[in-house]
Amino acid sequence: MKEIVIISGKGGTGKTTITASFGVLAKNKVMADCDVDAADLHLMLHPEIKERFEFKGMSKAFINQEKCTRCGACEKVCRFDAIINTGTNFYVNQLSCEGCRVCMNICPVGAIGLEDDSNGEWYISETKYGPMVHAKLGIAEENSGKLVSIVRQQAKNIAEENGADYIIVDGPPGIGCPVISSLTGVDLALIVTEPTFSGIHDMKRIVEVANRFSVPVKVIINKYNINLENSAAIEKFSEMNQIQVLGHMPFSESVIESITKGIPVVEFCNDEVSKEIISIWDRVVESLK
Amino acid sequence: MKLCITAQGDNLDAKVDPRFGRSEYFIFVDTETLEFEAIKNPNSDAMGGAGIQSGQLVVEKDPDVLITGNNIGPNAFQILKTTDIVIITGVSGSVKEAIEKYKKGELKPGDYQS
Amino acid sequence: MIISIASGKGGTGKTTIAVNLVLSISNDNSYDCQFLDCDVEEPNAAIFLKPNISQARPVSILEPRINFTKCTFCGKCAKACAFNAIAVLKNDIKIFMELCHGCGGCSIACPENAISEVSRDVGVIESGNVGKIEFIQGKLNIGEAITPPIIIREMKKRIKKSGTEESKIKHITIIDAPPGTSCPVVESVKNSDFTILVTEPTPFGLNDLILAVEVLKKLNIPMGVVINRGGKNDNIISDYCQNEKIPILMRIPMDKDIAVAYSKGIPMIQINPKYSDKFKELYYKIENQLQISGEI
Repeated sequence: MKEIVIISGKGGTGKTTITASFGVLAKNKVMADCDVDAADLHLMLHPEIKERFEFKGMSKAFINQEKCTRCGACEKVCRFDAIINTGTNFYVNQLSCEGCRVCMNICPVGAIGLEDDSNGEWYISETKYGPMVHAKLGIAEENSGKLVSIVRQQAKNIAEENGADYIIVDGPPGIGCPVISSLTGVDLALIVTEPTFSGIHDMKRIVEVANRFSVPVKVIINKYNINLENSAAIEKFSEMNQIQVLGHMPFSESVIESITKGIPVVEFCNDEVSKEIISIWDRVVESLK
Repeated sequence: MKLCITAQGDNLDAKVDPRFGRSEYFIFVDTETLEFEAIKNPNSDAMGGAGIQSGQLVVEKDPDVLITGNNIGPNAFQILKTTDIVIITGVSGSVKEAIEKYKKGELKPGDYQS
Repeated sequence: MIISIASGKGGTGKTTIAVNLVLSISNDNSYDCQFLDCDVEEPNAAIFLKPNISQARPVSILEPRINFTKCTFCGKCAKACAFNAIAVLKNDIKIFMELCHGCGGCSIACPENAISEVSRDVGVIESGNVGKIEFIQGKLNIGEAITPPIIIREMKKRIKKSGTEESKIKHITIIDAPPGTSCPVVESVKNSDFTILVTEPTPFGLNDLILAVEVLKKLNIPMGVVINRGGKNDNIISDYCQNEKIPILMRIPMDKDIAVAYSKGIPMIQINPKYSDKFKELYYKIENQLQISGEI
């Protein structure tokens, strides 16, 4: 079983477009959407939710105002600026609290307790292309990395039960905790970039992250023809870093139309972009043999 | 010989839990007498660091062999490798069956690499 | 006044809007502008603004070090750690730094005073200027996971407070936020006077816009929408905004010239100066909206 993650560093370069198409092309696989704070894959694959699970977040501190003697010890020890001193009262800003419990342990009168925080849901679903695991992080919550590892683990469990050949993971943008959680230990990370200065800058950072965690990477250049000079620069960077460029997708209105219709582009039409994605998938399969 | 087996329940008929850090129970069993102790894993729904704390729990109990399903995560492995506990992964079925198989010599430690 | 630019979905044009907005309004001498690139994982605004960076300061967190000559392996540090980052073994202690939030709990809990804290760099804050705009960007070190909010928090300490009564100059801080809806986004937009949500007229754009709107509602921040790369499908966004009573502040049509300029790191107001007035208008609309609602 091989696990493939599609990432990009920069957002909006076409991760989900490619992931959804791989979902059509790959036989015998499990799909996973690890972009838990702005999940979009479900808009293309239309999963039917079979099982729903609560995702419990980190417990957060709260101050019992009746017991509190307003001594201010909690404010002094909190390194996250989460204790708000109104002049008359102390309370916890739940959005800043990281749940470290230091205030609770230091409070001389035991006025600080912990509140459980439900911060999301995750789902096991069925799509016409096969099983899919996805999630929704609670609004303005932290710990997306944790939720990502749950989604990946579940996808793996299903893949093992079904004897699946592939797990295809739609990754989040950026290089921080949800990205690292999506990336560690996969068999291949496909980096989708675009020939813009921003795309190139962000690709270099995500390549460094992948190297740090010893994950094999390959590159796909999306909308390569909007700036051929920059596309050449991506080729050159890839060559110098011994990264294979797996394909060049041209800019295409049909991609936007397919998203608007909610149909993976390889199913929506058979133009140049679709053909390129099909051959990219063939190269992915070949490279994982 | 003292085995530690990750389990989904608190007795020998329970299934082997494929997870280590988030296993429901750890069953410590003596292969000669089959006397066992089942410990509910307090880390099964920890936010993070479940492998680390489960690793510490198992190390404190000092078994000779650890039997589980999936591979062990890198953090738990960091803890376990400080001891000479033999790690056997890829085991499924009931805890009882796992003990039988171990006694017959059918379970071999892999070249364990996290 | 603090205006943040966010989006939910990545790649919708946050940086484009933030950069062109600040360049357009900074021409006016009655404004003193600051620009903060809070997308510390992938900061891109500098590509367009080409700032002179004159200062770089590391951001660090404190992490524990054990003094083994004092340690009795009592295990209290491991119990105190809410993040399960510490394992106390028979005669060793393992600390998993990637899980450490730097809260200092272990050091307080240690009865032997055997835990000291040393700082570890997790990123850098670079500052300088773009003409008379003060420019500040944060960069997360490669491989760091949980620390973007810390860097953002540090950056935001540099925000200039709104003008004193007698001064005629108005401070405007533009914040370019990261994509998504989780903690780094919250940290970036928190305490803004207004947030501009940049979206594109696709189902992805709408889906992620809805998530971003929920974040702002929770934080109680007034907001407006900019539709980028618009065209015949704009109604997918405008219908939603109408229902939610969120103003659409600006529409930028799909334009190949803008896309090509973007790919080379050129702000759109430089290839199409009429946009400069449109961005000024965007700012006035925000100011008006805040005045009407009595926010400022």
